[in-house]
This record gives sequence, C-alpha cells and structure tokens, in this order.
Amino acid sequence: MARIVRPYGDTLDDGKVQLSFTLPVPSGARALEAARELVLGWGFRECEIAHSAPLDDEFTFFVAYAKTERGIDFDAVTADSGDAEKPMAMDDINDFIRERIGRKVVIVGACTGFDAHTVGIDAIMNMKGCNHHYGLERYPMVEAHNLGAQVPNERLIEFARKVRADAILISQVVTQKDVHLENLARFVELLEAAGERGRFICVVGGPRVSNKMAAQLGFDAGFGRGTYAEDVATYIVKKLAAPAR
Amino acid sequence: MREKLGLSKEKIAAARSLAGAICAPVLSFIDGHTSAAVERATLRLMGADGADREGVPVPNLAVDALRDRLPGGAALWYANALVATGSSVGELNRKISEGFDLSRLPLADAAAARAKAEELAASGLGRVAANRAAREKKLADFAGANGDPLLYLIVATGNIFEDVKQARSAARRGADVIAVIRTTAQSLLDYVPYGATTEGFGGTYATQENFRIMRAALDEVGEEEKRYIRLTNYASGLCMPEIAAMGALERLDMILNDSMYGILFRDINMYRTFVDQRFSRMINAYAGIVINTGEDNYLTTSDAFDKAYTVLASQFLNERFAYAAGLEPWQMGLGHAYEMDPSIPDSFLYEFAQAQMAREIFPDHPLKYMPPTKYMSGDIFAGLTMDTLFNFVSKATGQGIHLLGMLTEAIHTPFMMDRAIAVDDARYVMRAMASFGDDIEFRRDGIMVRRARDVLDRTLGFLRELEGTGLMDAIAAGMFADVARPKDGGKGLDGLVEKDPSYWNPVERRLAAALPIR
Repeated sequence: MARIVRPYGDTLDDGKVQLSFTLPVPSGARALEAARELVLGWGFRECEIAHSAPLDDEFTFFVAYAKTERGIDFDAVTADSGDAEKPMAMDDINDFIRERIGRKVVIVGACTGFDAHTVGIDAIMNMKGCNHHYGLERYPMVEAHNLGAQVPNERLIEFARKVRADAILISQVVTQKDVHLENLARFVELLEAAGERGRFICVVGGPRVSNKMAAQLGFDAGFGRGTYAEDVATYIVKKLAAPAR
Repeated sequence: MREKLGLSKEKIAAARSLAGAICAPVLSFIDGHTSAAVERATLRLMGADGADREGVPVPNLAVDALRDRLPGGAALWYANALVATGSSVGELNRKISEGFDLSRLPLADAAAARAKAEELAASGLGRVAANRAAREKKLADFAGANGDPLLYLIVATGNIFEDVKQARSAARRGADVIAVIRTTAQSLLDYVPYGATTEGFGGTYATQENFRIMRAALDEVGEEEKRYIRLTNYASGLCMPEIAAMGALERLDMILNDSMYGILFRDINMYRTFVDQRFSRMINAYAGIVINTGEDNYLTTSDAFDKAYTVLASQFLNERFAYAAGLEPWQMGLGHAYEMDPSIPDSFLYEFAQAQMAREIFPDHPLKYMPPTKYMSGDIFAGLTMDTLFNFVSKATGQGIHLLGMLTEAIHTPFMMDRAIAVDDARYVMRAMASFGDDIEFRRDGIMVRRARDVLDRTLGFLRELEGTGLMDAIAAGMFADVARPKDGGKGLDGLVEKDPSYWNPVERRLAAALPIR
C-alpha cells in the first residue's frame, strides 16, 4: 500500500522547504526576482525570499521558503546503507564473537592515500571511540590495528596479511573532486591482482561514503556519517559468521 | 585584560624553566645540523628561483647536486658558480634549470665567492626588511581598522584565481586575515612547486607565484576597505624553511609554524623537523611574521577535556623554541581550541577558563584560537550555536587571532555564503560582548578558577615527566597526541646533514646577528 509523504512545515502535507543559496549577481530588485523565479523553475509551487544580502559586488545570498507538491511513496523506499539493520551493543558483539566465531576477530584500519584526516578511523577504532560509543580497541574479542593516516594501499594489504586480518577498514575524509575514488579502486585492484579479494572483508567509511558507492568500487560495505564502531563491528561479525563465506 | 584566575606565578615560572630544560638538548642538536630544506631556503633568499622542464625547482636541483658538500653549506658553491662563470643570478638559475651541475666547478676564488654570497644574502634580506617596513607602514596608515581579535578566514578552492574571488569577498565582509589552505599532502613534498596553480585537492598549492597573486589582490581590496588584510600560509612539512623564505619575500603576515606538528601529525622525521623549524622561525622572526602554532591538533585527536594540559605544555615548548629562534612574544600566535564535547555539563565554563588561562599565562602573545570541528556533525544549525559560544569566549578572554568557525564544517570546504554567515555572527557577538571581559570577575573558588589551576598543575606534572624522559624519547614513546614516532622513522631523515666545522651560511649568520635570540 502506498504511503505518500511530503515535507512538513507545521501542517501535514504543506510541503514547506527551506533553501539557501548564492547567485553570482549584484543584489537588488532584479536579483530578488531572479532568485524567486529560479526556485519556481525548480518545480516549487510558491516561493518567498525571506532574506537576501550582498556577499560582494557580484554575489548575493538568499534564504528562501518554498512549497512543493511532490511526495514520495515511503513504503517503496529501501535504505542505502550497510548498516541498515540495528547494530548490536558492544557486549553483545563480544558474546556473539565468542559463541559463533570462537576466536578474536582481527580488524585492520587506516586512512589511505594522501588523506591525513584520522578523525574518522579514530572514531571507529580508538579505545575512546566517539560520542560515548567505544572504539574497536576496547572490544575484548577484537584485535584492532589502527595504522593511522597516509598509509599506502600496498602497506595496508601487507600488514593485513601479516596479522591475518578478517577485515580491512579504510577511511576517506578528503573527497574534494573525488580524489578518494581512484585510490579506493586501486586498493581493490591490488587485492584482486593478488587473488586475495575474498580473503578480507573490505569496508570503506567517511562522511561522503555510501554503501552504493562502496559496492560500485568493489567493497563489501560502505558506512557514512553518523557511523559508530558497533555499526561496523555488527556488520563484520555477522558476515564472518554467515555460512555463505 | 585584568587577571581573574589567581594562578600561581611561581608555578608559571617553574613551567617556563622546565620548558627551557626540556628544549636545551634539542637546541644543541639543532645547532650541529642543517638540512636539504634549510640549504634550499638559504639559496632562495640568495636568489635561486625557477624550475626545469619537469617542474623540479632550481633550489632542489642545486642542493641535490651539492649533496656531498652540504656539511659545509650550499651558499658558497652557488656564489662560486656566479663568480666562476660571470653569470647573473637569473642566468645561473636558467643554466641550472637546463642541467648545469654546480658541483662540477672547483672553488676558484674563495674570498670572491664569499663576498658574492654576502652580497646576495644582504640583497635578499634587504627585500625582506623592505617588506616588513611596507607592512608596518600600512598597519600604521590603517591603525584601528582591524577587528580585535583579528578575524581569520580560510579559502581552499584549489585554484588560486578562484581563491582570489573568495578572499576578496571575505575581506569585504570583514575578514582581517586570509589563509590559503594548502592542497592535501603538500607537506609531504620535498620541494615547493613552481608558478601559478589551478588544480589542488582540498586546498591550493603554496607556490611563490600564488603568494604573489594573493598578496596583490589583498593589497588592492585593503586599499578599498581602508584596512590591512593579512595573508597566511602553512609551513609545516618537509619544506618549512622554504615556505618561510617565500613568505618573507612576498610579504606574508602569518605562517603556521609549529615546532612538533610535522612529527606528530604528518609523520615527518623528528630530527629533520626540529632543525627545519629553527631556521624557518628565524626567517619569520626577521620578516616580522607572526607564527601560528598547532596545539588545536592535540584536541582533535585526543579528548579535549582530559588532554587540556597537553595544549598548555606544548605552548610552553613552542614558546621556548620560538625565543631560541629570535621571535618576540608579539610574533607568537600560540594555538588552542574550543573542542570540548558539547554534551559535558559546564563545558562552556571549562572552555572559558582555559582560554582565560592561556591569556593570563601568555599576556603579550596574540594567541590563535581555533573553532569547534570535532563535534560539528553536519547539523548546520547546531554548528552555528557552537560557533556562537566560541565567538563569545574568544572576545571575552581577549584572544588575538580568531579562526572563524564554519556552520558547514564536516560537510564541505566553505561556500562564500558560509563565510559571510560566520563573519556576521562573530561581529554581532563581539560587538555585543565588547566590554564583557573587563566587566566580570570569576568566583575565587568557583568551577572556572579550579579548572584553570587543575590544568596548570597537570601541565607541570607532564613537563616534569618530559624533563625526565627527554623530549625526543617522549615523542618516541607516544607521550604526545597518543602517537609514537621513532627517532629514525618518518619522512625526510635522508635530508638531514651534520654540519662540518667549515659550515658557512651567510643568511643564517646575518639573521642570528640581527635577532634577539634567547
């Protein structure tokens, strides 16, 4: 059964949306009208320019409120994420590993390529974790190795071999101009060339990472914004315990 | 700024004297060494410039060719080539870029070569001194026009010409300082790219031509706005002294120049970093450039509440290394940051107390205050609220350099409109809070006073531990930022050179003679 939903302002189905954007034009009456017509051109039914201000001689900033009649069938939507199912808690994950796997799970993580931003991999792996979600180093049944930033793909793979990793986590924070994609694709190519792609569960994470993108690049899963260690650990331990592997 | 915390003067003095004892062995190591980057910076200040067809810069070609002679310094051999061939500096640079090998010429007339080198060093440093005088004149002409604290904004499009548009807009909106963030991983290049650049990732290449382009644009908009707009770049990495040299030649006003950042956060070899930071800071000192240090990084990688003492300890060390390079307190933009977990009750009081503590312990230093980044989630509305509290603390505690927080932190490099929102928010808060800092006192045994005392006590304990272990061993043992860096590990160790008794560097000698090195 279809369940159509629309944006909600203060009344069901009012379709209210807030927008802000900049146009490369001088501010003034023409700029205001241009912004309004532009918003209507995007398919909105009504548009009120609530605020506009010059950013420079040739640039104007707008805050607009608009109304849309477009809705979406919520029941027909499936989530794009490797973490779609509810994660287990840290203690449950450790119990699950003891009962179903019977040995420590080895996880190697790194921020690869030129990316020097360890904030993502640290949030997942460091003892302290992030936002009161402990990192993998705190899990008694996980042997976690965080190699840090700017790790070449080759070194990461070599290290994963050495410690007999079950899973490899790659964090990519800098994604401007898609600099990360080539490096991630190269990682998978290296594993495939060595005939070892099936040996490790490969996971990529970062603020601009989606599960769909990860799958396209040949990873097993991708985790985006708001991911904690238990999301990643739940995915890995369930996949390890699954008979199909 | 009236003191509010009642911090023990004896404890502060003890911390400074511990910092002196901790840095002393490192400073004597530095005295005995030079590096490829120090030699390249020296040649740049003597006029070496340009690049070969593959883009390898002339200073690299020259210093690489002189690799075996570096224990004696590169300056003499560069000058020797000028004397022996009778070339001008421009001609010699062109020849080097076409494959001419400096090391193949024997030393013809040592006295003439030395005289030539002295002449070039005097001329390069003369240009630096003229830049400093030009800055001081502009600052005097536009006295009182800049914000207090200075509002610092970042541009990072990757394309220097697009950066100019963003910078101009930011300056017109109220920015006092424009920093051009470098492209990802430039700090790991052992050379400085040449010419104007339009492609970068997460930032724009630092090149001398890019410095010149942005300097000219900011001077232009500064004249229109009747305000001096400062230009900033980043020296951390394998080319620290060269970036400082280029900044001095093109009148940059601030440079990110931490004594240990490269070791801890970029995995650059510690010996190399310590040697490079010294020479780069001497250049900055002479150029009248304000350095910014990177203590904020300790708080983004570790917990901001628990590790506050590592910031203060690092500030004491950065201060000591800065004095040893001839920098004056007004040139020491010691770093710290507003990075506490917003879910901690009273987090604002702790941040306020720590910012006030930094102000009282370093009263003549401009202090570079960094905005929240770690708990910026993509919720732009919550982000703006955090930035507002940060703006409040900065004004109320008299910080010197205020890096504006972006409501879109953690989403993208700032849009033009993100910067405008940040400037407007900061100007509103700072106007509303103009006299707040002078009008309040802190409760004597209150949360804030106790917090500041506690951080100072922990800092003293940590500095004592460092003194016992030794700074380099402490870094190797992971006592900073939870990372361990082995002494012989990291990048750039091959560029470290032990000085021979014959070592001769006319630029360094002139700097040392002119600077109040302590």
